[in-house]
Amino acid sequence: MRVNVIVNGEAMTADDVWEGESLLYALRERLGLPGAKNACEQGECGSCTVYLDGIPVCACLVAIGQAEGRSVVTVEGLADGESLDEVQRAFVECGAVQCGFCTPGLIVQAHSLIASTSGVPEDAEIREALAGNLCRCTGYEKILDAVRLAAARKAAL
Amino acid sequence: MDFLRPTTWADALAAKAERPEATPIQGGTDVMVEINLDKGRPAALLDLNPVAELRDWSSEDGWLRIGAGVSYTRLIDELGDRLPGLAQASRTVGSPQIRNRGTVAGNLGAASPAGDSHPPLLASDALVEAESVRGSRLIPIGEFYLGVKRNALEPDELIRAVRVPYADGPQYFSKIGTRNAMVIAVCSFAVALHPSRRGVGTGIGSAAPTPRRAPEAEEFLAGELDWDGRTAVPDETARRFGELVARAASPIDDVRGTRDYRVHALAVMARRTLGWAWTEYRGI
Ligand SMILES: Cc1cc2nc3c(=O)[nH]c(=O)nc-3n(C[C@H](O)[C@H](O)[C@H](O)COP(=O)(O)OP(=O)(O)OC[C@H]3O[C@@H](n4cnc5c(N)ncnc54)[C@H](O)[C@@H]3O)c2cc1C
Ligand code: FES
Ligand code: FES
Repeated sequence: MRVNVIVNGEAMTADDVWEGESLLYALRERLGLPGAKNACEQGECGSCTVYLDGIPVCACLVAIGQAEGRSVVTVEGLADGESLDEVQRAFVECGAVQCGFCTPGLIVQAHSLIASTSGVPEDAEIREALAGNLCRCTGYEKILDAVRLAAARKAAL
Repeated sequence: MDFLRPTTWADALAAKAERPEATPIQGGTDVMVEINLDKGRPAALLDLNPVAELRDWSSEDGWLRIGAGVSYTRLIDELGDRLPGLAQASRTVGSPQIRNRGTVAGNLGAASPAGDSHPPLLASDALVEAESVRGSRLIPIGEFYLGVKRNALEPDELIRAVRVPYADGPQYFSKIGTRNAMVIAVCSFAVALHPSRRGVGTGIGSAAPTPRRAPEAEEFLAGELDWDGRTAVPDETARRFGELVARAASPIDDVRGTRDYRVHALAVMARRTLGWAWTEYRGI
């Protein structure tokens, strides 16, 4: 089937899509956007997190046909050209990235948390918001640092 | 595989009547896992996301009618004050991303004995509003679960909404798992006090082939509680309540826990949730 999706603000079309395919597969294999990662394909790891109509979801659990006509924002869509988003910048500065596999999903999820809170969220709130994003490398401390830094910078604006 | 995209409720019912073998998909948090892991390929997917009617909830005569498309996140944010038991259970589902997509209707469709919405729905006497081109019916929640992953829907029926009465007293939910997020319940328990009719509701999860109530425990406790004087529940009463709850279950040994552990944990959860509920009722 043919599917039309607005990805990072741009209308995109994919043809000959298998009906059981996930949004994640379509993004990575058909639309040239490998930012969202494929790790578990069962909603457990969060590395495929993208915005669907402004709400963070696991792209591996959205059937591609369910995205028809809707708006998707991936980690690629957060930066403005070469200029990184505040959350992306904070991850780099805090050393919150090791192998980087979990990073795109964490950045989208953290971006959503920061967008919906005023000021710097409490640690418990950050942990709860990121509970569905697994990282095998960092031990999470630097990820928390990055979220606090990005939130503080946004609050100071 | 076919992908059906009805945009109205009437079209969705017509599609399901014409293709009863089609698998409805709402949040996809159960359906897509099965497809991704190749555990079975549906002949057709019937996408309910475009059906606007399903995204609303409404309230009438002390009941909430929650459309099948209302996510856990919205239920928690918008209805948590009126349905504290269901909201507590919803908060324990998966992760934020899962709660943003997953729905109570999907939980009912899947009818897993471990589904977290089931115990609070049982404790508060919810109704499942099922509809087909033949008409609409309200299925009492206690008659909805037929077996492991089997429910009372006919092949041409869809869930339109879940109807839950406003909480008329304290409601609590408790769930055992290895961490706070992303756990399938080892076992779970919900209690609801109904002071207006001096009744007690219960729901047991993940400790029998289907979610179920503990009728003997409910009856016993309703008769023992000091509804007017609101004096403390004697330890012996709480202990007996826990025992009766555990006795209503018929758990098995599996990868998540043993039979004996589940029986023990249920009695503990029953006593604890009763403690929280009674403390709230006494206003202390
Ligand atoms: C990582 C992860 C963690 C999870 N954690 C939990 C948890 O902690 N607790 C828990 O209870 N569950 C959990 N689940 C399971 C799942 O999220 C829930 O069962 C959820 O409620 C399913 O809702 P959905 O809208 O996504 O359903 P879908 O996947 O869209 O559908 C589920 C079933 O219901 C049917 N269905 C859907 N809508 C209708 C309708 N309107 N009428 C008739 N049938 C319908 C579908 O055909 C399918 O059989 C988890 C899943 C994942 C992937
Ligand atoms: S790949 Fe989607 S949650 Fe792991
Ligand atoms: S940096 Fe390797 S998984 Fe998180």
